[in-house]
Amino acid sequence: MNGVHDMGGMQDMGPMRREHDEPIFHAEWERRTFALFNAVPDVQWPYLRYQIELIPPADYLRMSYYERWLTALGEILIKTGMAAPAEIESGKAVGGATKGHHVLTVAEVATWIASDTSPKLTAVAHFRAGQRVRARDMNPIGHTRLPRYVRGKVGTIERDADVEELQDSDIEGLGAKQQHVYTVRFAARELWGERASRHDSVYVAMWEGYLESA
Amino acid sequence: MTSTTRRDLLTGALTTAAGVAATAGQARAEEPGHDHDHQAVPSDPALRVRALESLMVAKGLVDRAALDALIDTYEHKVGPHNGARAVARAWLDPAFKQRLLTDCVAAIAELGLGGETAMIVVENTSKVHNLVVCTLCSCYPWSTLGLPPVWYKSAAYRSRSVIDPRGVLREFGLEPTEDVEVRVWDSTADLRYLVLPERPTGTENMREAELAALVTRDAMVGVAKVTPPREGAHA
Repeated sequence: MNGVHDMGGMQDMGPMRREHDEPIFHAEWERRTFALFNAVPDVQWPYLRYQIELIPPADYLRMSYYERWLTALGEILIKTGMAAPAEIESGKAVGGATKGHHVLTVAEVATWIASDTSPKLTAVAHFRAGQRVRARDMNPIGHTRLPRYVRGKVGTIERDADVEELQDSDIEGLGAKQQHVYTVRFAARELWGERASRHDSVYVAMWEGYLESA
Repeated sequence: MTSTTRRDLLTGALTTAAGVAATAGQARAEEPGHDHDHQAVPSDPALRVRALESLMVAKGLVDRAALDALIDTYEHKVGPHNGARAVARAWLDPAFKQRLLTDCVAAIAELGLGGETAMIVVENTSKVHNLVVCTLCSCYPWSTLGLPPVWYKSAAYRSRSVIDPRGVLREFGLEPTEDVEVRVWDSTADLRYLVLPERPTGTENMREAELAALVTRDAMVGVAKVTPPREGAHA
């Protein structure tokens, strides 16, 4: 979706504002929002991110980071059937407990920061480091991780970096569900024209299905 | 945000990302009741989140102890001190540095650090300056650096870092000369990035813990350099 969340290359968003001795959270409601959003059962980050992207653009820009999470949270509970709209509205459970979900435990939280011992995903690589590639020019309606600023541009594969599952809502035509992710180097001038520095570049992590040979 | 794969693993997800996302997209398109008008900015986030938490507890969707553990983990257990340990070790141990640059996840596991499923360390030198951003949301190596600061999540940083990295760096007080190659890393997949900053001069006799104390979050995102210790600050 060509939404406002896809911000790379936009201008006039204001100066960098840094906060001295910034706390991790600025208020208790941010702590609780952070925890609840992370603890929603049986949903994955691509889905969570997409729900944030679906916040209407004017609201998205006006909201703080955790206001977006809080707004998306209610929608997620409704859309997944975990709570009814009336329950979100009132904050009161009407239908009783929602069954069949895996509730995050304290023990599981500890594993979030432990070494990852899960088996690595595997897939056949169709590109290799050093190869010139073009980012496909596509404009899917749903969730995608292919930013607009890179579509149609030519770059060079820097590293075969990982094997991951595609996160797009619509994966038709993008190849296998599990595929290699490459870091692709785009010269700043390829992306932004002659005024960009000749030395600079942007590296984008890209699933194989986003690429074609160039 | 943290990685998808890890979350999949932990929750034993019932719903595929693609499936649910597609359904959700359709739902919004087809149900006027869930359209824009109903997604207002929460008027009082504190009240709103309290109500949602009570509801989620009552519905048996969350365990309050796990919520508290999540907050404690990301507020107190992880933070830039984790990444700083890896940086300091890399400065002192060339073999470790090599492992860090080629297989970061395995290398940081040697230090007892984890939480990232895929991560690349990019090295700053006198000729190369690296800068990390996530233009699409705010992906960041939570387990290695803690939660990101507000500026990292801001529209200004997300939009400008890729098109005007030198302008952004200038606002952070850095001015790489024209011959320095600025490399911007956009965190578009579940691959996270950590900048290995240059070791400052004047640190030749420092031990690992002393070096780690010099390494800041900003230096590991690429918006600052590690500054040498002040004269006489250590023996």
